[in-house]
Amino acid sequence: MAPSPHDTSGAARLPRLSLRGITKHYPGVAANDHVDLDVYPGEIHAVLGENGAGKSTLMKVIDGLVIPDEGTMRWEGEPVDFASPAKAHKRGIAMVFQHFSLFETLTVADNIRVALDAAHARRLAARIRDVSARYAMPLDPARYVHTMSVGERQRVEIVRCLLQAPKLLILDEPTSVLTPAAIDALFAMLRTLAADGVSILYISHKLDEIRTLCDRATVLRDGRVTGQCDPRVETTASLARMMIGGDLPHPVHRAAHAGRAALVVDALDVPASDPFGIALRDVSLAVRTGEIVGIAGVSGNGQKELLAALSGERTVERSEAITLAGEPAGHLGPRARRVLGLAFIPEERLGRGAVPEMSLAENTLLTMRAPPLVVHGLVRASRVGSRTEQTIERFGVKARGPGDAAQSLSGGNLQKFIVGREIEREPLVLIAAQPTWGVDVGAAAQIRQTLLDLRERGVAVLVVSEDLDELLEISDRLAVIANGQLSPAKPIRETSAEEIGQLMAGTGTREPQQAAAALVP
Amino acid sequence: MRAYLEARPRPSRLAVWLAPLFAAVATIVVGFVVFSALGRNPFAALHAFFVEPIATRYGVAEWLLKASPLMLIGTGLALAYRANVWNIGAEGQLTLGAIAGGGVALAIGDAWPSFVLLPMMFIAGALAGMAWAAIPAWLRTRFNANEILTSLMLVYVASLLLSWLVHVPWRDPEGFNFPQSKMFDANAMLPILLPETRLNASFLIALAIVALAWLFVRRHVVGFEMRVAGLAPSAADYAGISLRRTVWFAMLAGGACAGLAGVGEAAGPIGQLLPSMSPGYGFAAIIVAFVGRLHPGGIALASLLLSLLYLGGESAQVHLGLPSAVTGLFEGTLLFFLLAADVLVNYRPRIARAAVAT
Amino acid sequence: MNEVAQIVVLTLAAGTPLVFAALGELVVEKSGVLNLGVEGMMLVGAVASFIVAARTHSPWLGVSAGALAAAALSLVFAVLALSLRANQVATGLALSLFGVGLSAFVGRPYMSVVIEGMKPLAIPGVSDLPGVGKLVFAHSPLVYASIALFVLVHLFLYRTRAGLVLRAVGESPQSAHAIGYDVIGIRYAAVLFGGACAGLGGAFLAVAYTPSWVEGMTAGRGWIALALVVFATWKPWRVMVGAYLFGSVTLAQFQAQAAGVEVSSQWLAMLPYVATIVVLAIISRDATMIRLNAPASLGRPWHPAG
Repeated sequence: MAPSPHDTSGAARLPRLSLRGITKHYPGVAANDHVDLDVYPGEIHAVLGENGAGKSTLMKVIDGLVIPDEGTMRWEGEPVDFASPAKAHKRGIAMVFQHFSLFETLTVADNIRVALDAAHARRLAARIRDVSARYAMPLDPARYVHTMSVGERQRVEIVRCLLQAPKLLILDEPTSVLTPAAIDALFAMLRTLAADGVSILYISHKLDEIRTLCDRATVLRDGRVTGQCDPRVETTASLARMMIGGDLPHPVHRAAHAGRAALVVDALDVPASDPFGIALRDVSLAVRTGEIVGIAGVSGNGQKELLAALSGERTVERSEAITLAGEPAGHLGPRARRVLGLAFIPEERLGRGAVPEMSLAENTLLTMRAPPLVVHGLVRASRVGSRTEQTIERFGVKARGPGDAAQSLSGGNLQKFIVGREIEREPLVLIAAQPTWGVDVGAAAQIRQTLLDLRERGVAVLVVSEDLDELLEISDRLAVIANGQLSPAKPIRETSAEEIGQLMAGTGTREPQQAAAALVP
Repeated sequence: MRAYLEARPRPSRLAVWLAPLFAAVATIVVGFVVFSALGRNPFAALHAFFVEPIATRYGVAEWLLKASPLMLIGTGLALAYRANVWNIGAEGQLTLGAIAGGGVALAIGDAWPSFVLLPMMFIAGALAGMAWAAIPAWLRTRFNANEILTSLMLVYVASLLLSWLVHVPWRDPEGFNFPQSKMFDANAMLPILLPETRLNASFLIALAIVALAWLFVRRHVVGFEMRVAGLAPSAADYAGISLRRTVWFAMLAGGACAGLAGVGEAAGPIGQLLPSMSPGYGFAAIIVAFVGRLHPGGIALASLLLSLLYLGGESAQVHLGLPSAVTGLFEGTLLFFLLAADVLVNYRPRIARAAVAT
Repeated sequence: MNEVAQIVVLTLAAGTPLVFAALGELVVEKSGVLNLGVEGMMLVGAVASFIVAARTHSPWLGVSAGALAAAALSLVFAVLALSLRANQVATGLALSLFGVGLSAFVGRPYMSVVIEGMKPLAIPGVSDLPGVGKLVFAHSPLVYASIALFVLVHLFLYRTRAGLVLRAVGESPQSAHAIGYDVIGIRYAAVLFGGACAGLGGAFLAVAYTPSWVEGMTAGRGWIALALVVFATWKPWRVMVGAYLFGSVTLAQFQAQAAGVEVSSQWLAMLPYVATIVVLAIISRDATMIRLNAPASLGRPWHPAG
């Protein structure tokens, strides 16, 4: 249980924020179930839990974006109501979102101005430079946000929060868009802030980060608080047990023998398709049967463009730039590439990998519009149904049946369905983008195991992911994409986390990484 | 206390089919209020509007006659709307169909027998409607121009084109200088289904198209692909469904149906070319498509409702002395209520308990 | 010289309904909302202004009534599309269909009524100055109002904090909501403003330009205004250029007839519509420019979760 505000720590240590009995139901799930939380001035407090545990809902409650069904909130000892983001900001609560709340066609200065009340917005350019220098986060106020990298955008978002002189700063999974070096710089900055008396709520599911950074941790599971601890004295394993109620599953990684190259990319150039996009330059890669090749990289460095070129959603100029099963495939669309043995699991499940409003059976048809499911242009509904049932059963998808709408499934279950659907097509080459992003630990482990099993069955597997740990766990070889260029794929044993981190930062465009603490007067 | 909308885990099928009923009832209630406000006995007025027109055999035939073009065009438009292609220029495509079909009738006259001439007229009308719809399709796929605006602009162009034809080259020299063509020869007129009424074979064509469309959307893979393109364009890209082809197919299907409807009007109740060939069927069919839930069966029923509104407007003019424009008013009201009721398909209203600190 | 002045006066007048309607729709679209009901709102504005002007003999009361009536109609759009989350395209179409029906219904008794329209500005002495007088000082007061509206919209969008917030809402409603803005409220305000502007455009036609009431008298100007916003790539000054260009195209048919050109009136009357289609295609083909200028959330439904 969380300590009450008048605990042994004494009245002198009044929590800045105190939540009691927060409950929020969504149809079918309790996102938060009687959650208590106390945050003290100057502490870095982790909220730990896996995807779907209710962390983001809780933070949105604090920030006024979600109004809970039950519960009370005290701010600096005073009872307050759950109002709106505007009122939360007046109290001194600022939030850095996982998916940023920035406006791409506005400048940095306008992005910041729009978020500040008129009083704060004076002398803005000078103050932006002051704050960004103080916390070692250089920013040009006149730049347009759409010209910036993901890491730079996060900086804008953080500086914007800091200019509001917050008393409580909330960060939602901030490191998922950063290179290892930039993560170090971020942590240094957060420690400086905490030393200045700011409370920090740090949301993450990455155990190592929390052990390095945080003073205290509240663990959530299925919407309930399952533990409170000092993460510095816990082990990763003990934190994991609190988080998932068991030990972290590890997939079995047996040795396998790579065969012939099934997917070959040769000096692929793709111009940027939209003004905010990235151009691919001279990308070469070979994926052989019976191996998993991983592509690491910070999001927004050309992954989207590379995947579109590989899947056929975007055809490329030179057909020989992409070879599938020995055939030049650059000019072929997605259907023709499927005929050659390609299967693709996209990052966005709802709206791309599956049509949200359609049933699972109809979503089976999405990538299988050929005999025996479709004959002479007519859909054979019973065959589609039984094939869908088979996928649901084989891959342990929790659904009532083929008639369930894709959007009614949880993220993990829908991903199991999509992975299953693509594997049932018995592909020669499987490309998976962020296969376990936003998926609960159990489903993630099952999906990774499925990919490893495929590799043993002689399928050529390419995994593009921002989760470096995942790639290190399942890949045989690893390449890094940065700024539209791909490094040569190296066997996992011949590379190191440091080398990958440097490649992710991109040669010559490394983020500034001086320890921010040194700059504090 | 705070009222809010909560997303349903899956759309409510019940709400999908109850919404049109609600909209129809609410529109009648509005009619009640409007008639009262205008100083008419509302019960008598509603009787004159909704019952009187179809109280006779002739009235029922008129009802089905006016439902035919609405059914035809609504079915074609629904195919497009399912694919998120917004053809709102059916009125112009109808006009072009009438021009082409009428042109064939005027040019050939009694030189060919009816069983050759009529199919020729329908083929010409369908092709002309498709050609007119092909312009927005081409502009959308080639230049990315918004098909809503281009298809609508072409309605005005089509109507001016027809106006020129009946004023200048095709004007009936014996027509006392009225802007109208010669009457068609008898063999260019559609056969009457019910003696002593105007109900003609175009009703059967409409029913056939509805049946065909039903089969297409339920069973054919292209129907499925078009729905994917409409619901989730990224998923269509992923699946290898061509959005370009979808736009073309959707526009051409709508144009063909509207063109057929145009021939049906020209060779049916009108029998010649006039400056205006339709009292806004092409626009009313948009409402038919929505009220019919973009489903061929629903559209058949919705076309009967909208057709009744047309008859009611005429009847209101005769019996109540109200302008027949009251039809347009009711059409718009019906669509408003339908859109409002549709919120219940995906959401349910909820009241939050107060979650306020004490 | 007098002929030139005459052409300028006519062109400004022909472009003015489009200026009102397109500037209003531009503000609506900047907030991320696509209201296709402009034609319906213009017609309702026209009929309301005409009826009130005919009954009160005051064109100014008429114009106010036109703006109010069209704003009331746009409120229906806002409730359906913003509060009840109806599809914006369908709701806009419904608004246009309803506006056509409503205006025809209530306007029927006024079809042949004659009113004294709004008089052009006449400053004794000044307006009669040779050359410049007619050029600058002889337009309808609403023409000056439309130009003032342009200046105000431009300053609002690019020089005020409220304008910045409006643009931000249109760019990313979820971000604007997250940093504390009432997205739905701001969009309501924009839609109502757009409605009032469309009403002014209609009112100008009915009580100043013609002045008369004819069913469907806007003749597609509401749709042309929508196309103008795209043509203008969402920039107010380009709306002005476009509106006057289209005004002059509309005039071309009368000028050509006056000049005795041997073309049927129908072919000349097609010009504005064909020009709209051509211009739309030319502007839209540059997808990059559209992407950089169009409000990113345009037409996409958004509502706060929870």
